[in-house]
Amino acid sequence: MMREITLSQAVNEAIAEEMRRDASVFLMGEDVAEAGTPFKVLSGLVEEFGTDRVIDTPISEPGFVGLAVGAAMTGARPIVDLMFGDFIYLVMDQLCNQAAKQHYMSGGKLTVPMVLRTNMGATRRSAAQHSQSLQALVAHIPGLKVAMPSSAYEAKGLMKTAIRDNNPVVIFEDKLMYQDRAPVPEEEYLIPFGVANVQRKGTDITLIGTSSMVQVALSAAEILAAEGISAEVIDPRTIVPLDEATLLNSVKKTSRAIVIDEGHQSYGVTAEIASRLNEKAFYHLDAPVLRMGAMDVPVPFSPALEDLTVPTPEQVAANARKLCAGEMIHAA
Amino acid sequence: MAKAKTNTEDYLRMYRQMVRIRTFEDNANQLYLSAKMPGLTHMYSGEEAVAVGICEALTDDDRITSTHRGHGHCVAKGAEFKAMFCELLGKAEGYCRGKGGSMHIADQSHGNLGANAIVGGSMGIATGSALRAKLQGADDVTVCFFGDGATAQGLMYEVMNMAALWSLPVIYACENNGYSEYTKTEEIAAGSITARAEAFGIEAHQIDGQDVLAVNDLTRKLVARARRGEGPFFMELMTYRYHGHHVGDINREYYRSKAEEKEWKENRDPIIRFRAHLVSEGIATEDELDAMNAEVERDAAEAVAYAEAAPYPDASEVDQHVFAA
Ligand SMILES: Cc1ncc(C[n+]2csc(CCOP(=O)(O)OP(=O)(O)O)c2C)c(N)n1
Ligand SMILES: [Mg+2]
Repeated sequence: MMREITLSQAVNEAIAEEMRRDASVFLMGEDVAEAGTPFKVLSGLVEEFGTDRVIDTPISEPGFVGLAVGAAMTGARPIVDLMFGDFIYLVMDQLCNQAAKQHYMSGGKLTVPMVLRTNMGATRRSAAQHSQSLQALVAHIPGLKVAMPSSAYEAKGLMKTAIRDNNPVVIFEDKLMYQDRAPVPEEEYLIPFGVANVQRKGTDITLIGTSSMVQVALSAAEILAAEGISAEVIDPRTIVPLDEATLLNSVKKTSRAIVIDEGHQSYGVTAEIASRLNEKAFYHLDAPVLRMGAMDVPVPFSPALEDLTVPTPEQVAANARKLCAGEMIHAA
Repeated sequence: MAKAKTNTEDYLRMYRQMVRIRTFEDNANQLYLSAKMPGLTHMYSGEEAVAVGICEALTDDDRITSTHRGHGHCVAKGAEFKAMFCELLGKAEGYCRGKGGSMHIADQSHGNLGANAIVGGSMGIATGSALRAKLQGADDVTVCFFGDGATAQGLMYEVMNMAALWSLPVIYACENNGYSEYTKTEEIAAGSITARAEAFGIEAHQIDGQDVLAVNDLTRKLVARARRGEGPFFMELMTYRYHGHHVGDINREYYRSKAEEKEWKENRDPIIRFRAHLVSEGIATEDELDAMNAEVERDAAEAVAYAEAAPYPDASEVDQHVFAA
């Protein structure tokens, strides 16, 4: 039996292994050292690697992300910890104008091998400035790779690949999944970017989910199976690069698809994937490809409201049912 | 205790407001511990003299911006318990209709422009409010509350520069409780905090934030001068938070010693100190103050019970207020 570890432990192991392997890897962010982050994901690293390689920063997000860009351009491999995904707004210039463009602007002469690890996900009762899922914002910018692990297994393999990648990579972990366990091999492994994972085989409809929405899709598939609808569930694992071929092959087979991501529905990750499926599998489709994202509202604090804003297995199953029955649906 | 005021009523109101903050926080903590409060919250206990000393020097027209540790500012700027507890529990009658919760709690009708979950995030807002006052010839002053950790945000330097250039009626109130989450701020902040403001030519004061009269006295003077166009000003208020960074931060000896906590709680508590002053000056008797404490506790218990029974917002509210009409 393979051991099971939490997503938090998986991230910790990936970083520790890469820091042991490569002396140029270092870590910085707020409360990463002794505190090991508020989520305790990085606990123990400072004991092994010391405060030169696990650096507590002031609350200066644009500043330390800028430092990471410069360090990465000159031979280091920084991993920057951004405590909440919502703080991406503070570091947009460093990330999108600086990190993302150096390689291109220099005609391929400069590289920025850095990882920005941050999080996403609502329903933690943390209100509008600590609950957002902002992957679409960075996925929009050429030059940034974006990984979205859906389990401890993915979190470890994708983190190791990210650290070895010669480009800026943003990893979004779902903060509600840190304590979720999954089988993770003891032996070293990497998960390549741009390779989707077919989590469940099916023939009637394709459910494409990112991060925790993979769980939602799997639960929906269970509900549907009981009704005789066979859903295929696919986790793209990285949204940049995106494994179009696996998604297209599935949709060509099932002829229906729902794309689920926790970012706001409008102008989001779901729209991009749905649009590619429409463009490239149009003649295979029996129904419009549906997007299911978070409601287009700032995330409300009240549990009575917050729970209404994110896609649930029941909603996914309900939409899948309608698509399979040939009913026209308007997603918005 | 600095001698600032002689008005008995003002003194007693300041005492009462500090007790109200402490009592509010004790109840909020209890709600968290009994799993009745959604999410986490950051307690203001220990820092009462800062919010009260400052807000008692302001009128309802004056504005403040608050922080993630904002319950104290909210109470001090005139909020009522019922709507505050409703907000904490995500109920429809909360000040923000349950949409904000602890980190965004504010009674806007008393000039509170909001608590902010982005560290340093309100510095632009406060300075912009002061710019508006100047442009429109209004004489209100804006106080920007923020923590010592927030001085690391670049935004602060951008807005202090503009505030100084344009003599804006804003007072930057840095609540220095020594810690940024789980790190001693001295480990992540170089140089002096007041010198940061002075570099822009802003008059800066460091003051004992556990002495409500001293805080109130200084704020009154600075507010009066800011109204006359002599701002901006900067205050560094030396204070301490009694609880962890948030209610869930229980085992904290790895970054802060029990002895240090004990020293602040036993020897520098702003409420105990002010109470002793009131009694020794003959402004109130122990019995009168006990009665006041008891009344505040009853108010709080009533408000908690009210909030627990109050309804959640209707589902239809979820997409209300995304845009203004
Ligand atoms: C931009 C941003 N970075 C980080 C955080 C996480 N965070 C919340 S409170 C805090 C410490 C703030 O310290 P300080 O300003 O001294 O306020 P205190 O909590 O001591 O009152 C941090 C790092 C945040 N909310 N916003
Ligand atoms: Mg502090």
